[in-house]
Amino acid sequence: MDIELKILRYDPENDRKGHWEFYKVEADPDERILDLLHKVKWFEDGTLSFRRSCAHGVCGSDAMVINGENMLACQVLVKEVSNPIKIEPVRGLPVVKDLIVDMEPFMDSYKKVMPYLINDKDPGDRERLQSQEDVEKFEDTTKCILCAACTTSCPVFWTADSYIGPAAIVNAHRFVFDSRDEGSKQRLEILKDVNGAFRCRTAFNCTSACPKGIQVTKAIEDVKRETLLNN
Amino acid sequence: MMETRTDWGRREPPLEGSNFELYGWFFMRISGLLLVLLAVTHMFIMHVFNDTLNLDYEFVAARWDTPYWRTFDWLLLTLSLLHGTNGVRVVLHDNISDLSIRKLALGALYSTSLVFFILGTYVIVAFVRQA
Ligand code: HEM
Ligand code: SF4
Ligand code: FES
Repeated sequence: MDIELKILRYDPENDRKGHWEFYKVEADPDERILDLLHKVKWFEDGTLSFRRSCAHGVCGSDAMVINGENMLACQVLVKEVSNPIKIEPVRGLPVVKDLIVDMEPFMDSYKKVMPYLINDKDPGDRERLQSQEDVEKFEDTTKCILCAACTTSCPVFWTADSYIGPAAIVNAHRFVFDSRDEGSKQRLEILKDVNGAFRCRTAFNCTSACPKGIQVTKAIEDVKRETLLNN
Repeated sequence: MMETRTDWGRREPPLEGSNFELYGWFFMRISGLLLVLLAVTHMFIMHVFNDTLNLDYEFVAARWDTPYWRTFDWLLLTLSLLHGTNGVRVVLHDNISDLSIRKLALGALYSTSLVFFILGTYVIVAFVRQA
């Protein structure tokens, strides 16, 4: 079938603002949006820039706005979206070129929550054991691939760029609720700041956006409650 | 389209120890729960069982003969003012990035709320039935 693509392009050397470019490509309904971008880049217009690596929803590099919603281009099929297909860079992060945004602010927020296991105790000659129930408390948030689809779908993040954003809270959640970790106090201290978890207004955009199906809003509420009860 | 900003997201270090946003968030939930009781009761009495167009002096004065309804009305006034003011405070924080304009808007919000609170409290406390 014939697909019409409408892509928001931005060339930092020549453009003051972004502009729309239109492409027509032949595609199978079972092909992915990423395949369409490849067709454009490889056969029509080599200047089109976008990130992708794994092409299988694992690396988290190709989050973009497809027909108005945040998605991974490699995880959405042509038949799942309406034609013509409108593609834009994610919102709220500075655009570097075309569909590529500067992820540095996003990563800064991620680093802020200390996303690593904190435990100075010597576990001895074995692993740090954990029950199945203990794992279930944070299993959902271990699935995050740091694609930024959630954070860049958040209306608070769009206007208040100081907000730490859902992804950072998801990754704090992953350790705050891990029974082996001992850094929760410090993480919750960071998250109760004005720009932390309480900046969340429960819009649920993040939950709809997450390509891994993580219950992002629920994770944020878990963190808020934990701060209230155990801070 | 946004320009490339290299300074973007270099955030202020967290304010150590302040629980203000935490308690603000909790207050919205607790006051919301109480407002369901107070506001819904208020609405039924004033707008369903009675009709605001036909309310007269005697109706209001009779209610305020008892300290219970005065307390009820004062709680409704105070909670909805605090709840509403905090709600709008949050909206202004989210949507006005220019700090001086934000301060101005917040100042206008707080002073309006204060005026309403003083006026409302004054009426509820000082009301004396005229013979
Ligand atoms: C009738 C019962 C009410 C309930 C259960 C309720 C509940 C809530 C809750 C839970 C929030 C916080 C939302 C969040 O942080 O995710 C909220 C926000 C808010 N409420 Fe209420 N509320 C009620 C009545 C009122 C009234 C009477 C007013 C006006 C005076 C009001 C004005 C606001 C405003 C302005 C916000 C902020 C909106 C936002 O954050 O987007 N509410 N309400
Ligand atoms: S929580 Fe989901 S949407 Fe957010 S960064 Fe992780 S994988 Fe992406
Ligand atoms: S290319 Fe790796 S997640 Fe899409």
